[in-house]
Amino acid sequence: MRGNAEAHELIAPGSLAAVLKLLGDAPGEWTPIAGGTELMVAFAAGRLGARKLVNLWGIPDLRFIETAPESIAIGACATFLDLRAHAGLAAELPLLAKSAGWIGSVANQSRATVGGNLVNGSPAADSSPALLVYDAEIEMVSRRGRRRIACAEFHTGYKCNVLAADELIYAIHLPRRFAYHLQYLRKVGTRRAMAISKVALAATATLQGDVVSEIRLAAASLAAFPTRLYRTESALLGHKITRETIHAARRALLAEAQPIDDIRSTAEYRRCVAANLLEEFLLELSQKGAPQ
Amino acid sequence: MSTSAKTRIVGAPVPRKEGADKLLGRARYVDDIEREGMWYGATVRSTIPRGLIRSIGFDRRIDWSEFAVVTAADVPGENYIQLIVADQPCLADGQVNHCDEAILLLAHPDKHKLREAVDAVRVEYDPLPPIFTIEESERQDRIVWGTDNLLKSFLLEKGDVDSVWRSAAHIVEGEYRTGAQEHLYIENNGIIAEWSAETGVTVWGSLQCPYYVHKTLIKIFDLPDEKVRVVQTETGGAFGGKEDYPSTLASHAALLAMKSNHPVKMVYDRMEDLAATTKRHPSRTRHRTALDKDGKLLAMDIDLATDGGAYATLSSTVLSRATLHAPGPYSCPNVRIHAKSWATNTVPYGAFRGFGAPQAVFALERHMDEIAAALGIDPVALRLRNFLHEGDTTATEQVMREPVIMDKLLDRALRESDYHARRARFARDNPTSAVKRGIGIAAFYHGSGFTGSGERILNSLAGVDVAPGGKVRVLVSNTEFGQGTNTVLTQVAAEAIGIDYDDIAMAAADTGLVPNSGPTVASRTVMVVGRLIERAGLQLITMLREDAGLGAPYTREEFFAACERLRAAKGEVVSLVRYEAPPGIFWDDQKYRGEAYPSYAWSIHLAQVAVDTVTFSAEVEEFWAVQEVGRVLNPVLATGQIEGGIAQGIGYALYEKVLLQNGHMANNQMTNYIIPTAEDVPPIHVFFEEIPFRYGGYGAKGIGELPHDGPAPAIVNAIKDATGISFHSIPLLPEDLFAVLAAHRNVEEPAAL
Amino acid sequence: MSESWPIVHFTVNGKNCEVQAPPLKRLLDVLRGDLHLTGTKEGCGEGECGSCSVRMNGELVNSCLVPLLQAEGADVQTVEGLALNGKLHPLQQAFLDCGGAQCGICTPGMLMAAAQLIERNPHPSMAQIREGLAGNLCRCTGFMRIFESVLAAATEAAEPAPKQARDAR
Repeated sequence: MRGNAEAHELIAPGSLAAVLKLLGDAPGEWTPIAGGTELMVAFAAGRLGARKLVNLWGIPDLRFIETAPESIAIGACATFLDLRAHAGLAAELPLLAKSAGWIGSVANQSRATVGGNLVNGSPAADSSPALLVYDAEIEMVSRRGRRRIACAEFHTGYKCNVLAADELIYAIHLPRRFAYHLQYLRKVGTRRAMAISKVALAATATLQGDVVSEIRLAAASLAAFPTRLYRTESALLGHKITRETIHAARRALLAEAQPIDDIRSTAEYRRCVAANLLEEFLLELSQKGAPQ
Repeated sequence: MSTSAKTRIVGAPVPRKEGADKLLGRARYVDDIEREGMWYGATVRSTIPRGLIRSIGFDRRIDWSEFAVVTAADVPGENYIQLIVADQPCLADGQVNHCDEAILLLAHPDKHKLREAVDAVRVEYDPLPPIFTIEESERQDRIVWGTDNLLKSFLLEKGDVDSVWRSAAHIVEGEYRTGAQEHLYIENNGIIAEWSAETGVTVWGSLQCPYYVHKTLIKIFDLPDEKVRVVQTETGGAFGGKEDYPSTLASHAALLAMKSNHPVKMVYDRMEDLAATTKRHPSRTRHRTALDKDGKLLAMDIDLATDGGAYATLSSTVLSRATLHAPGPYSCPNVRIHAKSWATNTVPYGAFRGFGAPQAVFALERHMDEIAAALGIDPVALRLRNFLHEGDTTATEQVMREPVIMDKLLDRALRESDYHARRARFARDNPTSAVKRGIGIAAFYHGSGFTGSGERILNSLAGVDVAPGGKVRVLVSNTEFGQGTNTVLTQVAAEAIGIDYDDIAMAAADTGLVPNSGPTVASRTVMVVGRLIERAGLQLITMLREDAGLGAPYTREEFFAACERLRAAKGEVVSLVRYEAPPGIFWDDQKYRGEAYPSYAWSIHLAQVAVDTVTFSAEVEEFWAVQEVGRVLNPVLATGQIEGGIAQGIGYALYEKVLLQNGHMANNQMTNYIIPTAEDVPPIHVFFEEIPFRYGGYGAKGIGELPHDGPAPAIVNAIKDATGISFHSIPLLPEDLFAVLAAHRNVEEPAAL
Repeated sequence: MSESWPIVHFTVNGKNCEVQAPPLKRLLDVLRGDLHLTGTKEGCGEGECGSCSVRMNGELVNSCLVPLLQAEGADVQTVEGLALNGKLHPLQQAFLDCGGAQCGICTPGMLMAAAQLIERNPHPSMAQIREGLAGNLCRCTGFMRIFESVLAAATEAAEPAPKQARDAR
């Protein structure tokens, strides 16, 4: 244990308004901490640079799952167990519920939050591929007001995002329009549980006849942050699923993906396995079609 | 000495002796213990793999007067850890030979100030060119140890291998490699030490062998035996990783205790334990095998090499066991084994469950399947054709005087797993499935106890005593670290004496209290020490009959009453016995010939593996282990040992990789050193056969290490069965499978259509 | 500085506690150090091994990742709180009968995870048991005896057998 608790401040203003005031008064000075599943690991390893932390855990305004006619809103401090336990979410947005079950273990899922997973910005983030193929929007809040941005535009680089120094993620909004899409999500890790993703692929798609009428693909660990695979999508949109389109889609993905070699895996492995996952999805799509 | 007679307690699944404490959270591991006035200790370690220490600087921002600082110059006696060769310094003295080598120690009452201080010590080096592989060491163009980098070598010869090559119908060659493996006991290494001029050195900690630690401390401090005391605390897993390393940690903590004049606790965090402590020796084994036209073994020529790391530690004994397990449970008239252990500039490798056998058995059992494929013989048939039987001789010319039932074990394994039906199903389904399945076999033995004359040299002493108005105490220096020592030795004592399980207590593993009954290693505890306790118990009854009027039969009340009469007559009630070698054990250490081990446990492992061609991952879906282990003294504990060893063996094969960068373990966190979780372990089916060994405690042979020898080759053989591709190296990660499986095709091409 | 640390109030195994310590101090260190409840163990400090698992407000958490301040008002249960009135909890009894503990260091966390599992799901399938315990690493047992222990305790809870419970002395 290499962290010194005495060297850090942690305060709990207790309400969203109070936290926003603090962030507004001293932008960049206070680092928000929710479930602590990332920051406390850094702390124990002696790597927690943030001296001043402000507590988000236990603020009811940030922990909710609300179903409206057109969308589901998930509070930034909803835990992954909250996601799994929400029947409606599991039914309509199964990829999100599935990925929630991959975050560490039950003990991590009870504390890790959707907002924290996004802000931490790991290229391997478990929930991001699902959020991306569901066209999630991220709502950010500060004392100055609220704004939204597509999840696909939230990250700008490795561990960089568009949050201003006085801003928090408030909620993630998911449109309720994927009930008739074929949905696919697969994660490849070092083992079946407690595994950081080597590569993961999420997909939602519809067919009109045999032709791909909608397609969204997103991957983890193929770039500096989880991303949509737009070029691969283009190779499929408006086409039938044949050996040639699969070939073209594989080629597009192999070119589009920018994985790296790291402590967990190699770029070549990631690239090829991602192409295999894509093919697995496309075969499912061509065999099953979309739900009626 | 009845080994197969009916018993009351031996053979029964009695609950773990210290189980209630562990389940209630009351068991006290070293980090649960505090001492009045205790300070904490930390280590400044080398950041380079090899070089001279030019200077050590202390940043002025720290008030060093608050700290105890220890270097090699502070060692009162000999600055060496006492293992087999005294080449490993306790603290680096002018030179470092591996990353994370201990250079300097600090102690302070405040853990946080201690942490800051470690970062404030500046070591400057004059680097020397390091070597990191067996091949680099063998070339001997850069010498990093002794005069030739060679830590140890053995030559074992039986018959004349070279007479056979010309006439042999088949010659098959292969090279096999195994990687380093980390023990990953869930409790990190830890020691609390106290020092005073009057009483000397006392240490408490997580360790396997109190007398090993004692042997080093008396030399470090130049103290007589009675001025050093070593006490084992409840130990959270060891697997060999706490056989030799605690001698180093105890020396460090005790030196700081001496310098600071305070008790000092040193408990590693996971990052330090992973980076700085011992691991399993990596190996490279080359086989060249001659067979006749029917697949009968004619000659085995084996070249076996291990990487010992920067210092000798236990490399010679690991190499010895690897050598003796390399030819396997097969009858072969001509055998030659060249075995060498090479020094490199990496953290010294040490003991780990199996101790050279997992490396040797991986190579051999993989090679047997390669032979089967080359000759077009079924892997089962090849093994059946060549198994040792009673009356055959091993590679060391040891005659198998006890029954050897490998055929029966294999037959049972095939039946229990419905092997043929499964294989037929896989052959039918694999061509059209993205997941390919296969089953692999491993056949092997594990020699119980120390090699050859090792037990005679240990000359163990053990026994029982009775405290006034109290329980019978088992007096051994053998330790519990999960494998069941406390429970089985209690069972043996209760059985031999004829009283209840609850009438027996284990004396603390404290060198101030118990005799030296040898280390808790080499699967010797139940066989050798169990035998000593059995004899000591029977001897006690004889003493009570002769000198205290104990009748026959007797109740437990009569037993305890007789003990008090004996105490009145003799002043104490104690029964100690010394090790007696079984008859007919002759071992020539020079020629490597004779009775290598007093007994062997025999085993067959079967692994069913699924290889996913989408992700290139291999997973074990089901596992069967059939073993003949002598008498099973506690079926629940024995089954747990087999299952646990298999889980570790699965990790060894498919998940666990030590990633070295410039000789430093880069993946020194649990998040990056991968062991199987509850979702990864397959169902494991365990079956025992029992042929009591007449010289083991109630007929027992050793079982602790046996189960780690088989999984890796069984799994990689299964992968060959599933995919048709031979892999020769472990750990075998998806990236390694990918490199070969995807090599044949263009990744742009659709795989499935 | 210590006067400026807030006093955090929570209950541990039903007992009220007040701890004044740095707010970022790990709950694990508070339990083991300030409250002398050493049953909960540290195996990794990274939330990987689960040997620090406790139950907080009825949820399983890795106490090495919980800052003290976030335990304000919480109801914490540790392994020391499992046995009741000197009697082993059915899980503890099952672990004893089935060999679920070997070296014992993962056992406290494993028991908390198992308790959480069977409280939420009294009749767990093997897959659910594996998932429920996936965050608790054991290096000794290979998990088989642990699975058997949990199944035995779950079955026992469903139909208690008339057997002699071992006293928790």
